[in-house]
Amino acid sequence: MSPNVTSLDPRSAASPAATVRGKDRYKAGVMEYRKMGYWEPDYTPKDTDVIALFRVTPQDGVDPIEASAAVAGESSTATWTVVWTDRLTACEKYRAKCYRVDPVPNAPGQYFAYIAYDLDLFENGSIANLSASIIGNVFGFKPLKALRLEDMRLPVAYVKTFDGPPTGIVVERERLDKFGRPLLGATVKPKLGLSGRNYGRVVYEALKGGLDFTKDDENINSQPFMHWRDRFLYCMEAVNRAQAATGEIKGTYLNVTAGTMEDMYERAEFAKELGSCIVMIDLVIGYTAIQSMSKWARRNDMVLHLHRAGHGTYTRQKSHGVSFRVIAKWMRLAGVDHIHAGTVVGKLEGDPNTTRGYYDICRDDFNPQRLEHGVFFDQHWASLRKVMPVASGGIHAGQMHQLLDLLGEDTVLQFGGGTIGHPMGIAAGATANRVALEAMVLARNEGRDILHEGPEILEAAGRQCQPLRQALDVWKDVTFDYASTDTPDFVPAVTAAM
Amino acid sequence: MRLTQGCFSFLPDLTDQQIRAQVQYAIDRGWAVNIEFTDDPHPRNTYWEMWGLPVFDVRDAAAVMMDLDACRKVYGNRYIRVSAFDASAGWESLRLSFIVTRPAHEPGFSLRRDEGPGRVVRYSTHSYAAERPEGERYAGA
Amino acid sequence: MTATLTATPTTALPPASGAPPDEDGATIDLKAELAELGVEAVLAALDGELVGLAPVKTRIREIAALLLVERARRKLGLLSPPPTLHMSFTGNPGTGKTTVAMRMADILHRLGFVRRGQVICVTRDDLVGQYIGHTAPKTKEVLKKAMGGVLFIDEAYYLYRPENERDYGQEAIEILLQVMENQREDLVVIMAGYGERMERFFASNPGFRSRIAHHIDFPDYREGELLAIAEILLDGQSYRFSPDAREAFVRYVGVRMTQPHFANARSIRNALDRARLRQANRLVAGSGPVSADMLMTIEAEDVLASRVFAQAARP
Repeated sequence: MSPNVTSLDPRSAASPAATVRGKDRYKAGVMEYRKMGYWEPDYTPKDTDVIALFRVTPQDGVDPIEASAAVAGESSTATWTVVWTDRLTACEKYRAKCYRVDPVPNAPGQYFAYIAYDLDLFENGSIANLSASIIGNVFGFKPLKALRLEDMRLPVAYVKTFDGPPTGIVVERERLDKFGRPLLGATVKPKLGLSGRNYGRVVYEALKGGLDFTKDDENINSQPFMHWRDRFLYCMEAVNRAQAATGEIKGTYLNVTAGTMEDMYERAEFAKELGSCIVMIDLVIGYTAIQSMSKWARRNDMVLHLHRAGHGTYTRQKSHGVSFRVIAKWMRLAGVDHIHAGTVVGKLEGDPNTTRGYYDICRDDFNPQRLEHGVFFDQHWASLRKVMPVASGGIHAGQMHQLLDLLGEDTVLQFGGGTIGHPMGIAAGATANRVALEAMVLARNEGRDILHEGPEILEAAGRQCQPLRQALDVWKDVTFDYASTDTPDFVPAVTAAM
Repeated sequence: MRLTQGCFSFLPDLTDQQIRAQVQYAIDRGWAVNIEFTDDPHPRNTYWEMWGLPVFDVRDAAAVMMDLDACRKVYGNRYIRVSAFDASAGWESLRLSFIVTRPAHEPGFSLRRDEGPGRVVRYSTHSYAAERPEGERYAGA
Repeated sequence: MTATLTATPTTALPPASGAPPDEDGATIDLKAELAELGVEAVLAALDGELVGLAPVKTRIREIAALLLVERARRKLGLLSPPPTLHMSFTGNPGTGKTTVAMRMADILHRLGFVRRGQVICVTRDDLVGQYIGHTAPKTKEVLKKAMGGVLFIDEAYYLYRPENERDYGQEAIEILLQVMENQREDLVVIMAGYGERMERFFASNPGFRSRIAHHIDFPDYREGELLAIAEILLDGQSYRFSPDAREAFVRYVGVRMTQPHFANARSIRNALDRARLRQANRLVAGSGPVSADMLMTIEAEDVLASRVFAQAARP
């Protein structure tokens, strides 16, 4: 742990916090959580424990350790009063144990609470069960002003109960026959109102122009202006036409999100029948539906794209909710192949360091603790397949060097406006992006410092490609430079050699 | 048409010096470099013919360029691509793949549609070149 | 087959042509360059690790100087074709040919005349196949590994076996000649072996002679040099001769040099290995504790027990 972290000394707390043991523990009445065994400062988490890290903001006057013990209690076995039926169980084992509480650096009134849960508290392979335990009840608990689930350590024993992504980065690349560069996509715009026939036109132009994928937006399902079957049929005509025009594999994420599982299965089956290589779902369908669709995708050799629709309601604010890094971990377990994970430079929330943490969670087999990226625990993924992070929202060809440098190679870069908004048309927009990308990868591999020479490299590529030159002219000054709300609490500490 | 498979198909054809730099990038990462050729560039034609085995344990791109020159002498009027394999755990697949030689004339593909009930269409892609026997497909070019 | 990797910073050679000659008074400090690129250090190391061999060291210095000047000429834009750098090292076994080849590769790499600097050491068996169609892939495989570095072919004359008209060696020779000619910027070939046999080899394969720029002859070591080599080797392993042992070893060297299969420094190394063996035996068989001094010292008897003396005494 980095040197700028201090732990609360349990002995300095206002009242003695020792666990009450023996028959006094189960006397009828109300008892402080920390005396009921939910605060165990001497506990060493087992390798098989699930560990959760919460950011706890107690109500004024509530002791942080008691508040943290309450979180442990309410997310495991406790209720507001002592119950004798605890004694019919191996309750010591089932109790979650808060074993450490640290003040959050530079955030008075906030505390990091580390809580360990025995593996037997959770059902195999069920995000619904995991999340119902960890974030089920406790977020509305009155003695807390706010509560945020910052990170989780998932033991290998639990990771192994999940199937993970149905395809994974490597197999997706093999199926698409695309290696060595980020994939390129675009979301069809306008999001709403296009008829199926017009919608397919956008798909065809973008794919023929050089993109690998186009994408339905999160709220394109089956509306009066475009029935889902119509969209699927026109889109697949466009995909196949583009494939024949370029000799290259193309795809479009057909959004199968619907009101019921039955509808989603029906739509997914139709996508398969039409020969689509990828389908898409929204985060709002829920964890169980996601896991069901993952199963379906695995059975049907389908890449599964997840749009994180709705996450901003609970991931963005630092004091309350669930961090996106936890959502990313859950989604890797639940089994999606693509997940939107931020762009840093685009129009949506994304601190560079925090975003880097999300990307590592999606793509690495082992995540070491990196507080400066908001990664609090070492996490082994036990060879679970890798999720391809998707960067989408307000990005354009002129940022290609930054995108490649920040996000790396195994990502989908989605230029919606940055393709369709090109003054010379959609195909020209797609070509501009593809040329910019290939020129940047070529230069990087040649050993050039793309972060600094990027604009020069783009300009040189633009000299041989008019669409790129135009794109650079139109969007050269577009940046979204706002302060992030979700930044890491730790900066790399500069200390004397240790 | 211009076949746009591979990593750098949207750029002007790479010079030998540019190819060499990409190969060196792969070698420096410990990837084995492979040369393949075909006259059937269908997007689902995964297995192009190999020009010898992938080149393992070399230090310099000149080793691959030597093979590439030899391959071009024989199959210079077909598609030739260079691919790099990464054997490390968790990957064990290609890391880079790009076309280095293409026939002078690329006839492209036709799209065939079989209409079924319920407006469903079954698509299949056909390479015009592949309508002629193997080895004669780009002969006139 | 062994590959020795040298990790030195690559110093890209400026292109042979391009900019017009810079005659506006730009200068290059050759001495400084020699030191900066670490070439001086390599030459010094060569001096330190190899006893004697004065003519060889002089030749290496000359070659280094030539390359340095070539490099400076290119930097100042003077046009010159890529130099031929293939070499032949002739001399008896144990005269330091392999060691010098390693250092030569290092120098070539530091000056930017080879891109990676590895040395691939091979003999006929690594190049020539057993059956028809086997040789070309085998030779090419070796050449690919050597690209960017130095290919050291020991006893190169075994490639050529005129007595067998179906010999596959000829195929390897042809491929080698072609690469030595066409890919001069990609690798440097050093052919090594006994002087006389190399001479005959080149006579029957004139293609090699014309493609080799530097012939270096490695003389046999003199008695005093061999003793010095022995002392350096012993010192490196924390051993030493007692005064009697040194005297015995001088005699040993004198005798051994006249016997067949004498291989210069290699024979000295082998003799010392056996002397250490006998020393160990003696110490274990002896009684009483041993001191560090005893563990370090080779005594006369450890040397004199050698069969070399017995063979010399035989009529």
